[in-house]
Amino acid sequence: MKSPCPSWRALQRVLLIAGLSLAASALADEPRRPEQLPDRYVPGAPADDTLYRELGGHDGLSKLVAEFRRRLLADERLAAFFRDVDEERFQQRLVTQFCEVSGGPCRQDAHNMRRVHSGVDINRASFNATVEVLQQAMDAQGVAFSVQNRLLAQLAPMHRDIVNVP
Amino acid sequence: MPRPGNRLAHAPRALIRTLISTLMFALWSLLAVAGAAGAQTPSFAGDPPPAAIAAAQPRLPAMVSGRQGKLLLTSGVSSIDGAAGGGLTPWALTASHASDDSLGASTYFTHVKLQDYTLDGYGIAAGWGDRLEVSVARQDFDTGDSLGALGFSGLHLRQTIVGLKLRVAGDAILDSDRWMPQVAIGIEHKHLDAGSFAPVLRSLGAGTTGTDVYVSATKLLLAHGVLLNGTLRSTRANQNGLLGFGSSAHHARQLQAEMSVVKLLRRDLAVGIEYRSQSDNLDGVAYGNGLRADDWKDIFIAWAPLKWFSLTLACVDLGHVAPALTPGRQTGAYVSAQLSY
Repeated sequence: MKSPCPSWRALQRVLLIAGLSLAASALADEPRRPEQLPDRYVPGAPADDTLYRELGGHDGLSKLVAEFRRRLLADERLAAFFRDVDEERFQQRLVTQFCEVSGGPCRQDAHNMRRVHSGVDINRASFNATVEVLQQAMDAQGVAFSVQNRLLAQLAPMHRDIVNVP
Repeated sequence: MPRPGNRLAHAPRALIRTLISTLMFALWSLLAVAGAAGAQTPSFAGDPPPAAIAAAQPRLPAMVSGRQGKLLLTSGVSSIDGAAGGGLTPWALTASHASDDSLGASTYFTHVKLQDYTLDGYGIAAGWGDRLEVSVARQDFDTGDSLGALGFSGLHLRQTIVGLKLRVAGDAILDSDRWMPQVAIGIEHKHLDAGSFAPVLRSLGAGTTGTDVYVSATKLLLAHGVLLNGTLRSTRANQNGLLGFGSSAHHARQLQAEMSVVKLLRRDLAVGIEYRSQSDNLDGVAYGNGLRADDWKDIFIAWAPLKWFSLTLACVDLGHVAPALTPGRQTGAYVSAQLSY
């Protein structure tokens, strides 16, 4: 004879589903960086190191990145994005990245622009403002306009991984 | 042929001045509205009070406002028909510096001094992000004494152009690893006020309104600092509409090609050449081939000393314009100033 009460098994199922969705929502609330978020754009390696040399090699790039960081922190639009970024880490990562994309003898450990920028909302205006500051930093370092454009051409498509707000 | 020095006295200076101030008022009202809209844009969903933000998500940076979100000169300048582009042809880029969901606007004044004619143009364009552009332009074509032989001394041909442009694909500036250009489709609805000349146009079978439809593809080759644009336009316009639309001999739409090649010399300085083919509907309708049209071309330099101000100088060659009356080529100087927000 069929019991009018729901079976224990059905109750179990309902409890399980409720528990899982609760856990899922709790997890969703917690801000965290996804581990797997592959970049959509990985810069191609230039045929030679001309651009790297025109940027002044390792020394030139070190000075450029330091200037870039100084100007980002002085920019009222962008300072908030960069003030908590560790100086040494920023310097080391960007020099390596600029060195690699300009044909220099460096290799980045990973191409994870998308993951490292996923913790904060970045719109296109923020991205373009950062490009502007990089251009100003290159001006200040005496980098020729044509050289600037070749470096920017390697970096610009990163907007697909960095800009994360429609 | 010598011309009286006070030819500009024919131009309704007071009218132009009034219109410009009206335009400026319209622009600034628009900017005020855009500013108010921008200020209300929440940086965080739900827009909690600042204290709540500080407590919940310590020091999360606010996004940069999209109102000045584009890079210098990447919205082109104001074309003669009001749409963002080069001097003579529209590009797939949208007017103003606004990016993301912001609203921006630009206004311009253009003066073209040709061999036998003078063209003044002014207008306003509003851009919504990188997506949509609306423009209104006015052109005042002063024929001076050139049509005096026909009894049309001091004739002005005035044209109003309302334009709409929609970006449908691509990113001209940042996608430097792809060949895919930025593509936009647009329409330009033109209305000609030919004044006392209207009966002549009517006798030639030319109408006074026309709608151009175009598609533009724009690509910045960033590594080379070169910008390319190609525009394909379906039109019936004679001399861009200043001599009406179609004729008793040719009334069908024709496809015309336009192109621009621009070299960026500095971030704030660009030089370029443009070519714009023209319909030739009036050729042979009257005066033999005395109403034939040639293609338009120009070579220009654009300078943006400030993000909100640019100046364009050009040498233009509009070829022959009604050569039965003005046999020389209509070459001359083009100067255009643009304010944008």
